[in-house]
Amino acid sequence: MAALEDEFTLSSGVLSAGPDGLLGVEQSNKTDQFLVTDRGRTVVLYKVSDQKPLGSWSVKQGQLITCSAVCNFQTGEYVVVHDNKVLRIWNNEDVNLDKVFKATLSAEVHKIHSVRGTEPVLLFKEGAVRGLEALLAEPQQEIEAVLSDGEVIRWTKLFMVFRHPVLIFITEKHGNYFVYVHMVNSHTLSKYTLLRGQEEKSVIQSFTASVDRKFISVMSLSSDGCVYETLIPVYPTDPEENQRVVSSLLLRAVVSGSAPSGVALTVLDRDHVAVLGSPLSASKECLSVWNIKFQTLQTSKELPQGTSGQLWYYGENLLMLHGQSLTVIPYKCEVSSLAGALGKLKHSHDPGIQVMPPFVNWEASQGDGLGSQHAEQPRRILRRRKIEVSSQPAVPPSKQLLTTIMKDSEKHIEMELRKFLAVKTPDFHAIVGDLVTGLLGRCQVEPSFCPRNCLVQLIQTHVLSYSLCPGLMEMAVKKTDVQLLQLCLQRFPDIPESVTCACLKIFLSIGDDSLHQAEIDMESVFDYGDSVQGDNVAAPVDVLQNGFSPEGDTCLSCCQEVPAKPQDAAAATPTCPVTPQRAALLNAILHSGYSEAFLLPHLKDIPAQHITCSENATMTLPGIHPPTLNQILDWICLLLDANFTVVVMIPEAKRLLISLYKFVKSQISVYSELNKIEVSFRELQKLNQEKNNRGLYSIEVLELF
Amino acid sequence: MRARAHVGPGRREARAWSGERGAAGMGEFKVHRVRFFNYVPSGIRCVAYNNQSNRLAVSRTDGTVEIYNLSANYFQEKFFPGHESRATEALCWTEGQRLFSAGLNGEIVEYDLQALNVKYAMDAFGGPIWSMTASPSGSQLLVGCEDGSVKLFQITPDKIQFERNFDRQKSRILSLSWHPSGTHIAAGSIDYISVFDVKSGSAIHKMIVDRQYMGVSKRKCIVWGVAFLSDGTVISVDSAGKVQFWDSATGTLVKSHPIANADVLSIAVADQEDSFVVGTAEGTVFHFQLVSVTSNSSEKQWVRTKPFQHHTHDVRTVAHSPTALISGGTDTHLVIRPLMEKVEVKNYDAALRKITFPHRCLISCSKKRQLLLFQFAHHLELWRLGSTVATGKNGDILPLSKNADHLLHLKTKGPENIICSCISSCGSWIAYSTASRFFLYRLNYEHDNISLKRVSKMPAFLRSALQILFSEDSKKLFVASNQGSLHVIQLLEGSFKHLHAFQPQSGTVEAMCLLAVSPDGNWLAASGTSAGVHVYNVKQLKLHCTVPAYNFPVTALAIAPNTNNLVIAHSDQQVFEYSIPDKQYTEWSRAVQKQGFHHLWLQRDTPITHIGFHSKRPMHILLHDAYMFCIIDKSLPLPNDKTLLYNPLPPTSESDVVRRRTAHAFKISKIYKPLLFMELLDEGTLVAVERPLDDIIAQLPPPIKKKKFGT
Repeated sequence: MAALEDEFTLSSGVLSAGPDGLLGVEQSNKTDQFLVTDRGRTVVLYKVSDQKPLGSWSVKQGQLITCSAVCNFQTGEYVVVHDNKVLRIWNNEDVNLDKVFKATLSAEVHKIHSVRGTEPVLLFKEGAVRGLEALLAEPQQEIEAVLSDGEVIRWTKLFMVFRHPVLIFITEKHGNYFVYVHMVNSHTLSKYTLLRGQEEKSVIQSFTASVDRKFISVMSLSSDGCVYETLIPVYPTDPEENQRVVSSLLLRAVVSGSAPSGVALTVLDRDHVAVLGSPLSASKECLSVWNIKFQTLQTSKELPQGTSGQLWYYGENLLMLHGQSLTVIPYKCEVSSLAGALGKLKHSHDPGIQVMPPFVNWEASQGDGLGSQHAEQPRRILRRRKIEVSSQPAVPPSKQLLTTIMKDSEKHIEMELRKFLAVKTPDFHAIVGDLVTGLLGRCQVEPSFCPRNCLVQLIQTHVLSYSLCPGLMEMAVKKTDVQLLQLCLQRFPDIPESVTCACLKIFLSIGDDSLHQAEIDMESVFDYGDSVQGDNVAAPVDVLQNGFSPEGDTCLSCCQEVPAKPQDAAAATPTCPVTPQRAALLNAILHSGYSEAFLLPHLKDIPAQHITCSENATMTLPGIHPPTLNQILDWICLLLDANFTVVVMIPEAKRLLISLYKFVKSQISVYSELNKIEVSFRELQKLNQEKNNRGLYSIEVLELF
Repeated sequence: MRARAHVGPGRREARAWSGERGAAGMGEFKVHRVRFFNYVPSGIRCVAYNNQSNRLAVSRTDGTVEIYNLSANYFQEKFFPGHESRATEALCWTEGQRLFSAGLNGEIVEYDLQALNVKYAMDAFGGPIWSMTASPSGSQLLVGCEDGSVKLFQITPDKIQFERNFDRQKSRILSLSWHPSGTHIAAGSIDYISVFDVKSGSAIHKMIVDRQYMGVSKRKCIVWGVAFLSDGTVISVDSAGKVQFWDSATGTLVKSHPIANADVLSIAVADQEDSFVVGTAEGTVFHFQLVSVTSNSSEKQWVRTKPFQHHTHDVRTVAHSPTALISGGTDTHLVIRPLMEKVEVKNYDAALRKITFPHRCLISCSKKRQLLLFQFAHHLELWRLGSTVATGKNGDILPLSKNADHLLHLKTKGPENIICSCISSCGSWIAYSTASRFFLYRLNYEHDNISLKRVSKMPAFLRSALQILFSEDSKKLFVASNQGSLHVIQLLEGSFKHLHAFQPQSGTVEAMCLLAVSPDGNWLAASGTSAGVHVYNVKQLKLHCTVPAYNFPVTALAIAPNTNNLVIAHSDQQVFEYSIPDKQYTEWSRAVQKQGFHHLWLQRDTPITHIGFHSKRPMHILLHDAYMFCIIDKSLPLPNDKTLLYNPLPPTSESDVVRRRTAHAFKISKIYKPLLFMELLDEGTLVAVERPLDDIIAQLPPPIKKKKFGT
């Protein structure tokens, strides 16, 4: 869970921060030391843990530092440029910047970049890039102009991609933005035009970027308060050509665009960005951390004294100018729960935190979900377009269907679905899963949308399982859609025990009236009048129970045959205590697979009056697909195990217990009688054998052919 | 091939010949179906597997020791007759493939695997010996005695020598196991397991075994078996039904598997120590394997993987060959259960083998008088077959005009088991031999009375015989002695005369186990366990020829009348016909070899134990194993793999053409089984001796009762 810790300020006084804030904060070669450069003449080295400066250097009166000081990680020296062209290099021991190494360059420097693992890189205002060593070898070398007239560098950053430094800078000319990616080692430069969609009119106020293996993700905060993301390939397909990249909306309305002192954006990690600026509803400025994956506000911190609209993030520290002092806010992101990520954890609603208007863009969030290709579709298309791939790939029917699901009416979807199911596609399994997810997703967004027939159709394809669409049964439970639940119980091989139990609860608690209305598959409950039918059903359905099929176990089934008959006969005579509809539903549960260990705790939650009901019911359930005696007995045992204290206490259960006791007693007596006469059986068998035996000696006729 | 050119006419002749007898078949036989051979094999006490020679030694409760060659189709190639006082409790192989046994008479016995007799017996002076094990190097023997002593013997090239005693324990040592490095041993006793240091001979740990099992306290807990693994783990099996793992370094119990409600009697570990097998008194054999806890993790644990229930009674002993689990017990079956994951070629070797009957003939028959001589461990029985005047069609049981008679019950004197026996063709001579004495009897038949007279004063060299055979005219007796020599004895009325002794080739002492004499009495064939078959000329009393050696041992021999063709059956189910006069394989035999036997013929799992002929059926050879008999009609074409080898149904509506096309040389019947003996008494009469398994089971002690109807 991303969180901002308590802030602390670094002692000011040395710094002279103007209204425009600082020139820059850069990392030093020691982890918690930073070089802070103000807009005047001073560079200060701070140690964050001590909250105080370690050293301070100034240029002469009349000189002006023009770009922030950096540390050369390879030598441990510091580098700064003053008066645009004068380069100074010094180290910790030096006291006076006047006396340190000096080189005057032939062109104006925009910024010095230094990251670990490479020498500092200088970016000139005209867009040229030089390594420090190459420059020092010949300070007066000619610096070419890369940018056109009027093109101004707005933002710049150096990355290490596979140990190669890559400098990216964004320029603006007449409201158009261009992205340059400069590979420092190979001196290849690629230029992209940043195409902006509906946010065309707004002005980009802040940039930040992160890099993964192939793409640099540039995020921009526009004046409309939204964050846009642009993906730029690290290795351009064709460096010569001017290519275009498209930005897409990432976060909507994060800050109000009209902040007095500007806004800032910085990437914290893969999923989080920090935004500095005033939120829409509040006037005071505030630092907020957003989860871009779930598009939720994680945390925020008010900065009442105002900021300079600048934000730096190094290590685990966010640095900014709060009022007149440099403030450090440590940021921590620990492994978090989904609920936390969705902003639904209760404790995140602190009174001090401005609650943002909640919006959940499910369409986008599914991009990381169960391979739902549909959700990613718009972004993918955008990305393709940016590389100027003009050919539009043919959309497969499944995708068309998915888009249909998202937009069209139930009737239309049903029709399309029927068409789709008629033709089996190769990746049928996954697609059906996607379709259900799509349908369920829409259900969640539009409560009125209820594509029941479609779901029934999809379930009956037999390819669905619980794990392919976990939301389906939850929805059915929520809506107490018993028919759908029965269908799921019959079709899904992998229903978790908790869900089975939830179904059981619903089946037991649902009113008879609503049961009569529901169309329940009554196949498992046979017509009472037609007893002949029940008799010729010898083979029980093939149900895997605890990993074994009761049929396969010949020993069990043959032992079972004897007592099974009186049970059937007895079952026919008393009337079933539940309606046939309910019986059918309960049978579906009895047929479903389960593991005792997992089922037991859930069974404990079942209310007491339901237990007796269900037990009575399980005792007397005849049907076309009757559960085997083993299944019934197992369930009774489990129910009793889970609730024995309750069952003993309630008076209604007394009769049931007595009948169970009698049943078990009769079984035991049958078995003990069998044991007693086992010897006689054996003798009979022996006699039988002897009859076949032709005695010890005989003369027989044999013809060999 | 001489006959090759005349195949056509020859075949036509044959058809005409059989045509006389009815359809194109073999004709009808009257079969004396005998089930009164009341033979009960002894229970198996120990098995010992020798990895180098791939042989299995099996000892039975009557003291018999059998050697099975697992490479030769599990053929029982050797046996040592039992002895009443020599109850074997332990059996082990040592270096140089020497075989030792020890038993309750307190003696350690070494067997001579060449001469097939006991080399020597040596008293260990510790009372009854309960356990014995050879050191990992095979150069030392360790025995555990009744008096609680563990004695170490050094194995010298020709004997064993007592070296020293280990610390004496309170009670008998029932099981022993060496650590593979040879530095420590584990000894199972009553209620505890001791770990000894071999160097000092002192017990370094005493691990007490829990007597309780499932809450029931037994009086004592007997450690029936121990196994010492190279990592220091000791596995024990005990009478409380547990398999337990102990850490020998600390003397602590590591893990306990309760596996049975009855005793766990035996344990055997694979050489790789990745699997072991235990046998219980309930007849179940459990396989334990060392398997990874999770896939691709190096941590492994012992898991009980497979239960096998091939036995009805106590599994007294188990062995673990690299590819199979071997078990034996009171129910007398030797069960070899191949491990499918270890069997590389999925051929017939991968099938379960259950060996119940000896691979030698216990029955001889007098054709002329229609007598059967049954050989038991300590007595002989002579029966006369009944007769009938009725005739019938296939499958009929004919009414008996005279039932079979039990004529004679001949008990041996002394504690030794009978090795072999024979009745002459005329029925007037009976001979048998034990390990130290040879007996010859003269029988006189006067109407219904039989008088028996022992021929006394047998010469000293006729002390013990491995095989006895009378010539067809009952004038000569051939005896294969265990020194490798063959004696020819002329029988006179009431006396005998030693004619000649064929001595074995110089340097070999291999005993001859199988004999065959030609009906004309001119030729004698003898075969040992490994070398080829020797043919001797009886008239000239010299070696005639030696049949080229074959890889697999001979299981049966016979010489055909008239042609003097020697028919040899081998344990790999090959049958050869060798012409003695021509000193070469016959054309028919070559033709058979060229085409190959039918695959179903080669897949039979019991060896042919007897071959018979009748002089009036020169083209026919009768062979049988335990589950079928076959009359080979050499005049008919050989079956190939596409033809139906065995067709139990009589041809009914098939046309003559079809019948002729499908008829082949092998006429097989599986009606009589298990079949211990079969012979052609005359042209149209067969005798078949069956021993139904149910009759054997009925004579075994009752197994541990398990409830069939659980309560």
